Amino acid sequence: MSGPVKGGATVKARAELALNDEFLRKAVRFTTERLRNGKKKASEEHGNWEEWRERGRQIRLHTIAHLDYYLNLFVNNARANGVHVHFAETAEEAVKLTLDIAKHSGARSVVKSKSMVTEELHLNHALDSIGVEAIETDLGEYIIQLAGEMPSHIVIPAIHKNRYQIAELLSKEAGYELPPDTTALAGFVRKKLREKFLEADIGMTGCNFAIAETGSMVLFENEGNARMVSTVPKTQVTLMGMERIIPSWSDLEVMATLLPRSATGQKLTMYMSGITGPRRSGDADGPEEMHIIIVDNGRSLQLGDPEFQELLNCIRCGACLNACPVYRHIGGHAYGSTYSGPIGAVLTPSLNKNIAEWDDIANASSLCGACYEACPVKIPLHDMLVYLRRRKVESGHGNKLESIGMQGFASVMGSAKRMSGIVKLGKLGQKLVAKDGEIRLKLGPLKGWNTYRVTPSLPKEAFRDQWPTLESELRNELREMKPDMLERMKQVAERQKQGGGGGHHG
Amino acid sequence: MKVSLFVTCLSDNIYPKVTEAMARLLARLGVEVSFPPGQTCCGQPAYNSGYWKQARESALTLLDAFEDSDFVISPSGSCTGMIHHYSKLFENEPEQLERTARLQSKSYEFTQFLVNVLGVTDLGAVFPRKVTYHPSCHGSRILGVKEEPMRLMKDVRGLELVPLPFAEDCCGFGGTFAVKMADISGAMVTEKAAHVLETEAEVLVGLDMACLMNIAGNLRFRGEKVRVMHLAELLYEGVKGA
Repeated sequence: MSGPVKGGATVKARAELALNDEFLRKAVRFTTERLRNGKKKASEEHGNWEEWRERGRQIRLHTIAHLDYYLNLFVNNARANGVHVHFAETAEEAVKLTLDIAKHSGARSVVKSKSMVTEELHLNHALDSIGVEAIETDLGEYIIQLAGEMPSHIVIPAIHKNRYQIAELLSKEAGYELPPDTTALAGFVRKKLREKFLEADIGMTGCNFAIAETGSMVLFENEGNARMVSTVPKTQVTLMGMERIIPSWSDLEVMATLLPRSATGQKLTMYMSGITGPRRSGDADGPEEMHIIIVDNGRSLQLGDPEFQELLNCIRCGACLNACPVYRHIGGHAYGSTYSGPIGAVLTPSLNKNIAEWDDIANASSLCGACYEACPVKIPLHDMLVYLRRRKVESGHGNKLESIGMQGFASVMGSAKRMSGIVKLGKLGQKLVAKDGEIRLKLGPLKGWNTYRVTPSLPKEAFRDQWPTLESELRNELREMKPDMLERMKQVAERQKQGGGGGHHG
Repeated sequence: MKVSLFVTCLSDNIYPKVTEAMARLLARLGVEVSFPPGQTCCGQPAYNSGYWKQARESALTLLDAFEDSDFVISPSGSCTGMIHHYSKLFENEPEQLERTARLQSKSYEFTQFLVNVLGVTDLGAVFPRKVTYHPSCHGSRILGVKEEPMRLMKDVRGLELVPLPFAEDCCGFGGTFAVKMADISGAMVTEKAAHVLETEAEVLVGLDMACLMNIAGNLRFRGEKVRVMHLAELLYEGVKGA
């Protein structure tokens, strides 16, 4: 599923490239900060954000739990609207279906609006291979298409590029020099794409939500290009992941509240189009023929898996990328796949059957939970990353050295005596390397750590060694407790016995 | 009522002063504490790396050690948070699962215990310094500890709290992440320390020694002198001098 990837076979190697690219890091920091702040402001202004999130989560949980029913309902309604609906179990099947439609309609050119699933399928390459020109019409997608790159963000594909780099790319395309001015650059692209819209035989779109009750598809966008793509060409082909379904238009209200706010901090995108079938007599515009290709490509592997089913709840808003402190520093290409950031780190291995053999992508997280906190449908990505790591270890694909280390951990931490014994050994060992309470040695396991930090040395006595003395001192220091405090403690202790209490809120 | 200290392996072996400060503060409030010596580590390094069998070994020491405690107090939101992952770790062991639920219902991070159980925010501490605060991810996101430390610091006389830019961003520690993804982690801690320096605070305070060890490690590496303390240490120093 991953395309040609620059910079090596592992996240670690690819991250190295990004970490040394100050332009990239600055561009990613700048835009993710803007999006993150926008989301914060928009969700606060809207109010009751936690309740909206929970409502969104429930809609997605319900839909995915009954996906067979809602898919069936959607397909029947879409067909009744005159849409040709196709199913693709694999990426290859989806590509073949698309190419067959292109060949059948004798298409020479395709205009595309932004779609992550077509990126996942590498459709542009496939179309190109049969001599059909595919043009991305979303500004960001157009830029990375010119650069020959994958999107580095789910919502902002060219987030890693600054306007000077973009001006250079577009100047090459124009054949004359364009100024690094956003309005001028967008103006050039608009003019260029207008010709393409008018020429195209097929308009290709993704799908943000598919409404089961009417067989409609909904697109959110800001540039108006998706509206052009879905109205001008004679044939429309829509590719959608099989999980894009929601039951009804009233559910869309919740999703329309969550998606734009989470993605870009907008109350609503500039355009939101609902499309129910091809052009009818009396319609001013719209395609004469409309196809929807419903793509599985590994999604059904998650169905019935209690640890990963919630992955199908994702609405592709990109909020987890903007919140992620790792993404902030390494950008999207380091993840090595179409989907990047925390969602990509989980989705990429999960969509592939070789879940346990995937490279170190699941290790590229400090498990800080910012992704979960940002997610509008509360997908526990930080937990899933741990489950991925466990599956890798338990299927025998763990790192050998780490595995030995963890055996040691279990043995040492399985008993307080053994732990104390090891710590005493450590105190002897550190005599050679510790100075003024610090270890600065850049060797062995300390190499990575001490490249950026110093390590504190072990103190003379551990807490447990001090305890006998401390315990008697504490007895002398003990004051009388205030009666109201004692009363509170008793009440809480009582609540705990009934299963309440404890410090867990999250 | 038996109130037990869950020292955490890090405070036990590297930062004993943190748990000592916590115990002394509790004694001043009239809370008698015990230290069950069978405890080792919550098991998080192994759990987060995917080695659950190995995590189980060390998690069991906590279940055993705190079996008959009424309250279990730790100086780490991350380690207390780990206890809540035991439901998953022991999901196929009904007997351990029951003990897990009991341990979860009586476990508190230090500031939660002070503010939410004892109902105290003013310990009478004086600390006339410019302080900035890093909210550790697991404490604030898994346990939801957000207001508690703020209320405690607000009631410290003389303490000037300066907001930390991008406070909620992870410091880059992440346990074995700091070793396995050393350069990404290094970039994260470098930025975090830069934000601390930007505040011009004299003291960086937090609730988790793992994160503070990471940030302090980078600050020392740069030769910076900002004092790094656990909030329990700050409060204890503040009441001792008052």
